[in-house]
Amino acid sequence: MKNSILSGVALTALIATSALADEVRVYNWSDYIDEALLEKFETETGIDLIYDVFDSNEVLETKLLAGGSGYDVVVPSGTFLQRQITAGAFQKLDQSQLPNIGNMWGVINDRLKKYDPEGAYAINYMWGTTGIGVNINKVKEVLGEDAPVDSLALVLNPANMEKLATCGVHFLDAPAEIIPATLAYIGEDPDSQDPDVIAKTEPVLSAIAPFVQKFHSSEYINALANGDICVAVGWSGDILQARDRAAEADNGVEIEYYAPKEGALMWFDNMAIPVDAPNPEAAHKFLNFIMDAQNMAAASNYVYYANGNEASQEFLAEDVIGDTAIYPDAATLDNLYTTSPYGPKVQRVVTRMWTKIKSGT
Amino acid sequence: MMRRFTLIAVPYVWLLVLFMVPFLIVFKISLSDAALAIPPYAPTMRDGLATLLSELDFENFVFLTQDDLYWKAYLSSLRIAVLSTFLTLLVGYPIAYGMARAPDEWRATLMMLVILPFWTSFLIRVYAWMGILSNEGLLNQFLIWLGLISDPLVILNTTIAVYIGIVYTYLPFMILPIYAALDRMDTSLNEAAEDLGCSRMQAFWLVTIPLSKNGIIAGSFLVFIPALGEFVIPSLLGGSGTLMIGKVLWEEFFNNRDWPVASAVAVVLLLILVIPIVLFQRNQQKQQEAEQ
Repeated sequence: MKNSILSGVALTALIATSALADEVRVYNWSDYIDEALLEKFETETGIDLIYDVFDSNEVLETKLLAGGSGYDVVVPSGTFLQRQITAGAFQKLDQSQLPNIGNMWGVINDRLKKYDPEGAYAINYMWGTTGIGVNINKVKEVLGEDAPVDSLALVLNPANMEKLATCGVHFLDAPAEIIPATLAYIGEDPDSQDPDVIAKTEPVLSAIAPFVQKFHSSEYINALANGDICVAVGWSGDILQARDRAAEADNGVEIEYYAPKEGALMWFDNMAIPVDAPNPEAAHKFLNFIMDAQNMAAASNYVYYANGNEASQEFLAEDVIGDTAIYPDAATLDNLYTTSPYGPKVQRVVTRMWTKIKSGT
Repeated sequence: MMRRFTLIAVPYVWLLVLFMVPFLIVFKISLSDAALAIPPYAPTMRDGLATLLSELDFENFVFLTQDDLYWKAYLSSLRIAVLSTFLTLLVGYPIAYGMARAPDEWRATLMMLVILPFWTSFLIRVYAWMGILSNEGLLNQFLIWLGLISDPLVILNTTIAVYIGIVYTYLPFMILPIYAALDRMDTSLNEAAEDLGCSRMQAFWLVTIPLSKNGIIAGSFLVFIPALGEFVIPSLLGGSGTLMIGKVLWEEFFNNRDWPVASAVAVVLLLILVIPIVLFQRNQQKQQEAEQ
């Protein structure tokens, strides 16, 4: 669920198509796994693991749809997964090669059915929410003790934003996440596909855009941790990483994460096997390895995102499973919504509107 | 006769394989419709020639005229390319002049210094500018240390940073052709001009500049053409307010997943570039003829 222009530049020229029988090529999000797991996989299976990273769904999708990506395992987010399944980009999983699939969590499997109705193509890797990270002391300094930190009003009400602009606000550069949040704020269906309803968010976002220091999908982690900004609309795990970095640096910056009370977007990153994967057998082995309870727990303990693996929960660290920002309580979980992919016509309207909001043109 | 034919054929085959064929593929895609498939447009070559030809239309080009985003982005790119070419000339000419008039034993070293930055990846050099221009960057710290400013200047993520990036990156392409022209120049012509009553300044304007004209033209085209379609520099150094056609093309391709419209944008960009490229070719040809 990260979006950046850079990755495309850095990753355009990559990958030879040929793969030997004992080689598996995995294409995952950057900073999204405990690297010790990669070595463990190689030792256990004797398969060479070639691990590449991206930081935008768009880059992954362009590679998949161009064909011949050369990867055996890729990790698209829910809405992208659904569209790519329709385009015929993935092969069905062979469940007989995945004995660990029983470890998966029914709650998440059910929600994932929105994107992969029969659960035939993908397994969940991590999931999280899109919400608000605040530098709590600075925000209270600017807005007073009763600052609405648990509400989207904090970042979508121009009066609040005008004051917050003095200490810095970042937004994700991801219209497919900010627009649903804005719809939830004005009381519309966040999953609306109607261009007229989507258009209602433009005046709201245009009113606060001048107070946004930057629309960017990864810089806010450091900026928040260093105290350069006081509010970021971003992904749960990233904001928790910022919280930990600030705590480690002991710089007096105290970060808190809130899933807004108006509802928050719940997203899923999932592993799937491209239809033209050179080595599907090794790909299945990798998926099975990841679905091992202890391996999955190690990954979550490292990246601070919740996973879709129920058996892994007993191996999770207390500051992961016990943190409601990562594993929300039942009430919060009910308040999370999911979105569907935009069709091509609506996507064009959304991209165009986003350009207009950001650049005024 | 056969030998002559082969000689002529080589550059034409080169042009055909590396320019015409890719262009025709892009042009063909620009006439297709976007589709959710691999590849994401229809019809493809596999659908057979008859379907291919009957389903192509110009609606994507018509679409470009209906939204002012596209011509604003083209115009803004054009303005940035023209201005940065001019700035590069302003910075590059004195450097080339200094090199051409330097003592012989220095020239190889000076030439080396101009080429040296190419030994580092272009991406890393642009990243370095982010470190120099940011609010807490070297430039602002230096200016604050000097006492010239008290608050940091906001340069990064503005169009000024884009100009700095383009001028820096393409400077060698301006310096080298001008240097080549000045180096070949017969300096006794300047002496003759001064003997005949010109001041040094007049001799420079009336003799040196006209004689280095070909170098200036070649350098300007070498800067202008890549600057017009520039994508990396504005996306790293520019802000969201910097509108350039390269970025619009990226969004069509990656965010809208609309390869046909992205291809149409690329075809129009190429048409805009064809005029300066043809002018450049003509100039080169004339120069060669003059030399023979």
